[in-house]
Amino acid sequence: MQLALEISDLKKVYKGGFEALKGINLKVEQGDFFALLGPNGAGKSTSIGVITSLVNKTAGQVKVFGYDIDNELEKAKSFLGLVPQEFNFNQFETLLTILVNQAGYYGVDRKLAFERAEKYLKQLDLWEKRDGAARMLSGGMKRRLMIARALMHEPKMLILDEPTAGVDIELRRSMWEFLRELNQQGITIILTTHYLEEAEMLCRNIAIIDSGEIVKNTDMKSLLATLDIETFILDIKLGSPAANIENFTTRQIDDHTLEVDVKKCQSINQVFSQLTEQGIDVQSMRNKSNRLEELFVHLTGNNSIGEN
Amino acid sequence: MSTTVNRIALKSILYKEVHRFMRIWVQTLVPPAITISLYFVIFGSLIGSRIGEMGGFDYMSFIVPGLIMMSVITNSYSNVASSFFSAKWQRNVEEMLVAPVPNWVIVAGYVGGGMCRGMLVGSIVTLVSLFFVDIQIHNIWVIIFTVCLTSAVFSLGGLINAIFAGSFDDISIIPTFILTPLTYLGGVFYSISLLPEFWQGVSQLNPIVYMVNAFRYGFLGISDVSLTVAFGVIGVFIVTLFTIAMTLITKGIGLRS
Repeated sequence: MQLALEISDLKKVYKGGFEALKGINLKVEQGDFFALLGPNGAGKSTSIGVITSLVNKTAGQVKVFGYDIDNELEKAKSFLGLVPQEFNFNQFETLLTILVNQAGYYGVDRKLAFERAEKYLKQLDLWEKRDGAARMLSGGMKRRLMIARALMHEPKMLILDEPTAGVDIELRRSMWEFLRELNQQGITIILTTHYLEEAEMLCRNIAIIDSGEIVKNTDMKSLLATLDIETFILDIKLGSPAANIENFTTRQIDDHTLEVDVKKCQSINQVFSQLTEQGIDVQSMRNKSNRLEELFVHLTGNNSIGEN
Repeated sequence: MSTTVNRIALKSILYKEVHRFMRIWVQTLVPPAITISLYFVIFGSLIGSRIGEMGGFDYMSFIVPGLIMMSVITNSYSNVASSFFSAKWQRNVEEMLVAPVPNWVIVAGYVGGGMCRGMLVGSIVTLVSLFFVDIQIHNIWVIIFTVCLTSAVFSLGGLINAIFAGSFDDISIIPTFILTPLTYLGGVFYSISLLPEFWQGVSQLNPIVYMVNAFRYGFLGISDVSLTVAFGVIGVFIVTLFTIAMTLITKGIGLRS
């Protein structure tokens, strides 16, 4: 099957000599939900910039649905929808004007553009704001406006650079649902995100980029399967005696919170049976953090994933 | 991309540009009318009545074409310079850069927007001038042709200025230090035949002399320069500036990192 995106030996050296991309290779299949993760300055936004032609590459090849951006740039661009990290619409224009003009740049006539603008503004809960200036929107609304704008020409591939940055949890979840639906409709989605939980929940495949190099490129399940240890947080009844669990690493956080590391070869049941023997009641249990974060730190040696 | 796609993209940029200056009409359309009215009152009525005739016409009639052209030049230039730089500054120029819009369509769209404002302001100023003088028309086609080409030249100039500009100050430097002196020395208020021979020669290096005189010919039938030479000079400027603008946008100067 035709790849949605194929990057070969892509290099970017900025003026001043900073080498942002050191020959990366990447393949994204059609219909994929793909995560591109990396710490600050890793090269995520530069990669996206090159794919969308906002950054001139130094060397290498980029193909979008088989179209080389060196030879058939306009064709390649027609397949792409971009939701950038920073707000980049005219703050003084109305939402409708922004969307309809954007559709026009892709050759969508105004009548159809108005229909699509209505459809996406309604889907993203912005319809009531359609005639207001974009600068009056909240941060979350501005992000949704950029998603609506990127969809106006109905692209086959949507690239989102930190789409949920600064968005509250409820809204973030509704945006995830929206993106999932788009992906189910066949749109290939490439996502960079601050929230590793987001990548873990949404994406099927993942590439981790660090210092301009791809350090891992695999499917999410395989990556998570490489984790040896999972940490659980147990809420124990107040007044319980101090826990002593053999063969497990534990940390008593406070009077009623206990952290337990469980290796792949071990069973959580062993923890419960020992606690029961010691007369300790467990009231609830949860995972300590998202697992991808641990892998990310392990692969990059960096515990600050963030904007690039 | 297909002709239809390009046509719709061009219409969208043009619509955006016209919508922009119409939305802020108090800033874009009213000031030129007020400024030119002051020129008419001061240079035309008050001082002009003491000057007498120039080129066989009363002074007010002589300066009207130049004043109209002056407003066309400044408005065409400033429209594209401020609009494109603002798009760069707010980064909404990226909306066009990521879309399959050919570079010539971007250039044509912005230049078209600048021409629309230049010609609209020119029409307003012409209407204002009717309060002060009876305008005569010698050749309407020369008027239309000259105003279209001149506003294209200065729209292209404004676009190039905006591409290079790194701050809002940078888009006022060229109008202040180059455009305004060239306009004032471009024969708006006098016939260059009044100048000493040396300065007549120097004036011929000023492209605005050709534009003002071609325009004046359209109204009054008089010109300090040959019409053919005037259109030739304007044509050379359009081709040169268009080539520069296209090269800059294609290379992504000031637009892509």
